[in-house]
Amino acid sequence: MTATSPPPASDAPVSSRAFDLLCLTLVLVLGVHAPHLPWWLSVTLALLLAWRWLQRRQRTGRVPRWLKLPLLAGLTLTVVATWGSIFGREPGAALAVGLLVLKLLETETARDVRVGVSFACFALMAALLFGQSLTSTLLVALGLLPVLATLRALEPAQPARNLPRQLAPGGVLLLAALPLTLVAFVLVPRLSTPLWGAPGADQARTGLSDSMSPGNFTQLLTDDSPAMRVSFAGAPPAHELRYFRAYVMWRYDGRRWQHVRAPRDAAVAPLQADTGIDYRVTLEPSQQRMLPALDVPVIAPADARLTADHEILAARAVTQALSYTLRSAVRYQLQPLLDEATRQRALLLPARFNPRTLALGAQWHERYGANGAAIVRAGLGLLEDGDFRYTLSPAPLGRDAVDDFLFNTREGFCEHYASSFTVLMRAAGVPARVVTGYQGGYWNRQAHYLLVRNSDAHAWTEVWLAGRGWVRVDPTAAARPERVTQGAAAAIGDERGWYHSDWLQGARNHWDIVNRWWNQGVVGFDALRQRGMLTPFGVRDTDTRLLAILIAFSAVLFMGIGLGWALWRRRHDDPLRAALRELERKLARAGVNRRVGEGPQVFLSRAARALPAHREALAALTSTYLQLRYGQDVPPAEPLRAFRRAVRNFRVARVVK
Amino acid sequence: MGALLQRVARWGERRLPALTRYRRAEVLPIELHRRRIYIVPTGFGTGFALLLLVMLAGALNYANNAALMLTCLLGAASATSMLVAFRNLDGLVLRQLHAGHAVAGEPLELTFDLDSPRARSAIRLDLGSARHAFALSAGSVARVTVAMATTHRGRQALPRMRIWTTWPLGMFRAWSWLHPDQSVLVWPRAELAGPPPQAQGNHSELTTRQPGEELSALREYRPGDPQRHIAWKISAHHEGLLVKEFAQPQRQRQWHLDWRQMPGLDAEVRIARLARWLGEAQAQRIECSLWLPGEEIAPGSGPHHYAQCMDALATLP
Repeated sequence: MTATSPPPASDAPVSSRAFDLLCLTLVLVLGVHAPHLPWWLSVTLALLLAWRWLQRRQRTGRVPRWLKLPLLAGLTLTVVATWGSIFGREPGAALAVGLLVLKLLETETARDVRVGVSFACFALMAALLFGQSLTSTLLVALGLLPVLATLRALEPAQPARNLPRQLAPGGVLLLAALPLTLVAFVLVPRLSTPLWGAPGADQARTGLSDSMSPGNFTQLLTDDSPAMRVSFAGAPPAHELRYFRAYVMWRYDGRRWQHVRAPRDAAVAPLQADTGIDYRVTLEPSQQRMLPALDVPVIAPADARLTADHEILAARAVTQALSYTLRSAVRYQLQPLLDEATRQRALLLPARFNPRTLALGAQWHERYGANGAAIVRAGLGLLEDGDFRYTLSPAPLGRDAVDDFLFNTREGFCEHYASSFTVLMRAAGVPARVVTGYQGGYWNRQAHYLLVRNSDAHAWTEVWLAGRGWVRVDPTAAARPERVTQGAAAAIGDERGWYHSDWLQGARNHWDIVNRWWNQGVVGFDALRQRGMLTPFGVRDTDTRLLAILIAFSAVLFMGIGLGWALWRRRHDDPLRAALRELERKLARAGVNRRVGEGPQVFLSRAARALPAHREALAALTSTYLQLRYGQDVPPAEPLRAFRRAVRNFRVARVVK
Repeated sequence: MGALLQRVARWGERRLPALTRYRRAEVLPIELHRRRIYIVPTGFGTGFALLLLVMLAGALNYANNAALMLTCLLGAASATSMLVAFRNLDGLVLRQLHAGHAVAGEPLELTFDLDSPRARSAIRLDLGSARHAFALSAGSVARVTVAMATTHRGRQALPRMRIWTTWPLGMFRAWSWLHPDQSVLVWPRAELAGPPPQAQGNHSELTTRQPGEELSALREYRPGDPQRHIAWKISAHHEGLLVKEFAQPQRQRQWHLDWRQMPGLDAEVRIARLARWLGEAQAQRIECSLWLPGEEIAPGSGPHHYAQCMDALATLP
């Protein structure tokens, strides 16, 4: 007898189970939003949620209006007071989460719960606007479990279950939906230009920037987050050749170096190159337009252009992970001839700064004259023999920073070396400029790609030598060769914390494989990649029409699979009858067919007469069958198993005539 | 608006019999299968689909692939829930239907024997305005008892019932019609108060063989006689068993209820009065007989006799 219960009326209070699950959903929503909300707001909302939960455990009912309205007003005012507006990513998220918690205060009926659940789905998605790393996506997906469990709890006539057993069916549903999800994800046509304004650039993120001043590298060099990942078509270049150029800086004001964007129509410096290297870069969001490239790129990828100094400038700041394919020259001559204006620009130094450096430069100029290579050698010699120390926490430098560094403190990192060396070269009459970018990286053997972290940021010098063009000179390598051959970590030595220990670094490198796969395959799957996704199958351009056809095709396919599953019914055959049928099949092969209307007893005794060799076995099977079939209402389990085993083992011996 | 919708529905039923053929009465067993299960999104399902569209537009606009993936996942899970809703009804068999006894105006207990090879959750049954919800466990015949409202006496065809479910997410409603070709008998409602049955002729009060204290006779054993009434010693000298019969010294009452006793009364009033007398006789264990136009029921007592009489009353034209 199955008990029936009248289902709750549509305006009846929901069960405490559904309400508790909704509260759990909200806790998860608060959790995924907590990292970018002010802590006091998160705590207040969490307390409000906890209070409402406790309050409804005592007594069902909505929270009175006089309490709700001030809370609503308070929330709006707080958001406006904190961010100055309710529009935008952060205030919008704060408002959405706050409203969701306030919605809980007036949640009583099934309809309220459904509205709350829908809104929670939206808030979960909004959390992904703040970062789409694999971890946060998985956390958000986890939030869907209580969402689905809440909806199930609204259905009537359900047995009591513990929390894991309430959550698990939702997980099963999500897993079942995963294939369709992936196909839909791949086939939904991406927009190449947004329909409305994209969210503002994330200013909090540090990265390379278009200027280099004392100290702004320090933050970068201790930041272990990935900056980009590079996979090469052939063998990767040697460690000491992995120089990724980003910014070329010409202007020095005595304190900082600055990148000056050349006019759009400036001629690209001529490049003579013989060999090239092909590779693919997946750049993490840098909020910059500059795309780092190995050495000197030959041509720019789509949606980007080469600047006069062979930097790659993207059309837009990189706010999402971006993948691009490049070809770079390794052995090259960049700008073999320097015109006078450019030469003057490459020698410009601020007046009344660094007198000792200027004097040393002048002295070298006198000694070596126009022999730039000799001056460069002298400069590197000074750094090699001058007892210079590589450290991330150097002593502060005074007004004449280069003088201080070269002649007094003699400690610093790439930024100091590059800056001072370039100033020294200019003082000696050698055209020079500072280049920033990345050097080194971790070669991941398992997955064959180079992981470049922000801590691999580097600065070096390019000097122009007659007949050779711009030549890369790394003064840091002169003072500290390990920086270039072993990477930044080796150069710093023990200055970094325990969390940079080798095994941990190893684990992080392995985890990075997964992250890279996520970034390349999922986050970086943009309109461009989508158009090219069928290239291996000979379709050069997967346009919207083709996508629509594919969507229709896979919709039919999945509908077929889904309907097949929905209509599939397990045949609940009687095991005893199934065993008898198996026996019939075996006897039929031996030539004894059961006739229409022939009972099992008659049939089996006829079979025993036809197959005298098996008379005893068949007689035993017959009596067991009759006993099982007619002895009890339900055949007992153990004899039934024995009978099925006996049928399985029954073999009709071939009679040789 | 409602009237218009009903007219449209009637027109549809006339013009598209294929759509509505399962709304006609059919013989048991009724198995729910793909041709008779319909699915539509609920209001919540429609709203959720709109929300998913908004989320899709947002994710595409901000080129946020993680959000797009989440939206796709929710959409795919919703679509899958439609199939789950279908499977929740598919293959359900209504084997038998038993009706209890009820007088007009009181709920009639209907017991459904539902055969289900797999477990089902949150199935609802709408019977008129009454709504029921139940879950079934796998592999057994489940008996589901629901109450049906009744209004008047007599044989009544079962109304068309809707069996439906919004399991698991409440986004889709799968439903089917159950219209078993079976009728239930509703007993007449007894009048609240009225005169007692008239004592008429010598039939009404006479001494009969009623169980009492004083031994009055011996008779042959009939199955169902209490064992302690068997006269063992006497039976030993006899071929079969003999049973002692006792008689009540006081005069036994027996009612002869007769349709003709109430001249000048309306038929329904007579039926209500007879129903009341039958009820009182049943409560006071008075033996009674019943004469109705076209049917005569011999004296008797007990629930079976009572049911027989009430059935006869109920089926009167």
